[in-house]
Amino acid sequence: MPIIDAILDDFFWRALLGGLGVALVAGPLGCFVVWRRMAYFGDTLAHSALLGIALSFLISVPLNVGVIITCVVLAIALVLLSRSHTLATDTLLGILAHSALAIGLVTLSFMPDVRVDLTGLLFGDLLAMSRDDLLWIYGGALLILLLLVMLWRSLLMSTIHEELARVEGIPVERLRLVLMLMFSLVIAVAMKIVGVLLITALLIIPAATARRLARSPEHMTLLAVMFGFVAVGGGLTLSWHLDTPAGPSVVVTAFSVFLLIYGGARQTQA
Amino acid sequence: MPPMTEPLVSLDRVTITFDDRPVVDRVDLKVHRGDIITIIGPNGAGKTTLIKAVLGIQPVTEGAVKLARNLTVGYVPQHLILESTLPLTVRRFMALSGRPGSECQAALEKTGVGHLVDASIHHLSGGEKQRLLLARALARKPDLLVLDEPAQGVDINGQAALYDLIRQLRDQLHCGVIMISHDLHLVMAATDKVICLNQHICCSGYPADISHDPAFIETFGQPVAESLAVYHHHHNHRHDLHGDVVSGVVTDDNHQECDHAHH
Repeated sequence: MPIIDAILDDFFWRALLGGLGVALVAGPLGCFVVWRRMAYFGDTLAHSALLGIALSFLISVPLNVGVIITCVVLAIALVLLSRSHTLATDTLLGILAHSALAIGLVTLSFMPDVRVDLTGLLFGDLLAMSRDDLLWIYGGALLILLLLVMLWRSLLMSTIHEELARVEGIPVERLRLVLMLMFSLVIAVAMKIVGVLLITALLIIPAATARRLARSPEHMTLLAVMFGFVAVGGGLTLSWHLDTPAGPSVVVTAFSVFLLIYGGARQTQA
Repeated sequence: MPPMTEPLVSLDRVTITFDDRPVVDRVDLKVHRGDIITIIGPNGAGKTTLIKAVLGIQPVTEGAVKLARNLTVGYVPQHLILESTLPLTVRRFMALSGRPGSECQAALEKTGVGHLVDASIHHLSGGEKQRLLLARALARKPDLLVLDEPAQGVDINGQAALYDLIRQLRDQLHCGVIMISHDLHLVMAATDKVICLNQHICCSGYPADISHDPAFIETFGQPVAESLAVYHHHHNHRHDLHGDVVSGVVTDDNHQECDHAHH
């Protein structure tokens, strides 16, 4: 297929395809982040991705694998630690988020042989998307979408009222774990495009924008995906033409849409 | 559906401790079909912990919670606090029970909120939310209905109507009901059996008797007990037009009459 090959040979199209794949799952997952007030939690996981990268270099495993494993371990640690109630959850999150980021940076500095583009990891890189990355993104997206469709009713119910869900026999704790696995996966694959510091923005801003117009949870996820597409498409185009960093450009576009929808919707409501 | 005679739930010397502090202490309890059992007690008495044990979402430290086989439980939690970012209509919330739309609608009609099916849950009043939660529980066709302070956030007229509704539903569905309540006066009128919990069961029995119980007076204080005793004064006898006492004990089954005797 010469056309597909031509597209995949072009780094801009690879980045765009990858970005759209990420937005496809960032929409519904972002809705859960917003509904369950997990924004800071998502941030903590994303920050720990840098530690995952450092560890991957240290023990020579693929970056994606290292990031996913680190995120999952951190997520489980968070759940267990927050049960003890010695520290408030946001304090705990703050400690772990920044410590993970700092340990990651310090570890990387100990490895002079490893050449890492730190700015690219932190803020995303348009040029970094490889064909392998595309496989990871679409494989991960397929898995996440499949899980979401299968578990939708239970996930929604346990988000609306956890106790009621438990009484109705929904395995709330296991679902929480599955949700964290999905977050870890999306962070691992989104890292290349928007960078670890801005991943949460790609989760939250499209979902929050969608809330303004949504009439049902499903409607909100669809709108969030759509706004995610706009953010990725607009941001990467901006990055391509003006040579701005990819991640911040995507987030700036998402934020502009957010302002537009909230400003516009207020006018129509008044 | 579980057989009629065996209890829906039986608690056998259930003890639940948090950090070695007993929150629920050796509680025995049986709920049969058709019972309305109300748990009252001061704050921190372990009421919510106890019903969570009944619901199977609170592990017990000692003792056993036995549920009848194939028991369907309908749970009405204290609140429905919905995150404002989550758009949800009454219809969608009911559909999440997994029951067909017609049954959901019927349940909504039963609790008197059928007209709100297309409303956003964010726009419902406290009373409407409680009725919605009740409908959500009814849609499951429960054998046992468990309610945690169902009248919270409901105005005083609404409270009486809500307890009335719970009693009607018990009659229609012939289910067992166990609830927590703070509305002592209303509970006394609407319930079959009251359990006064203060970690352990400090007294239990028919509403008319329990307000005279020394343990009840000790838990709730003399003024509360006295105000209830005045109220229940009318349960034991009635006055004729001259104010003389008419003999004849009014049994617990005649609550309606007791209410009339008030006026």
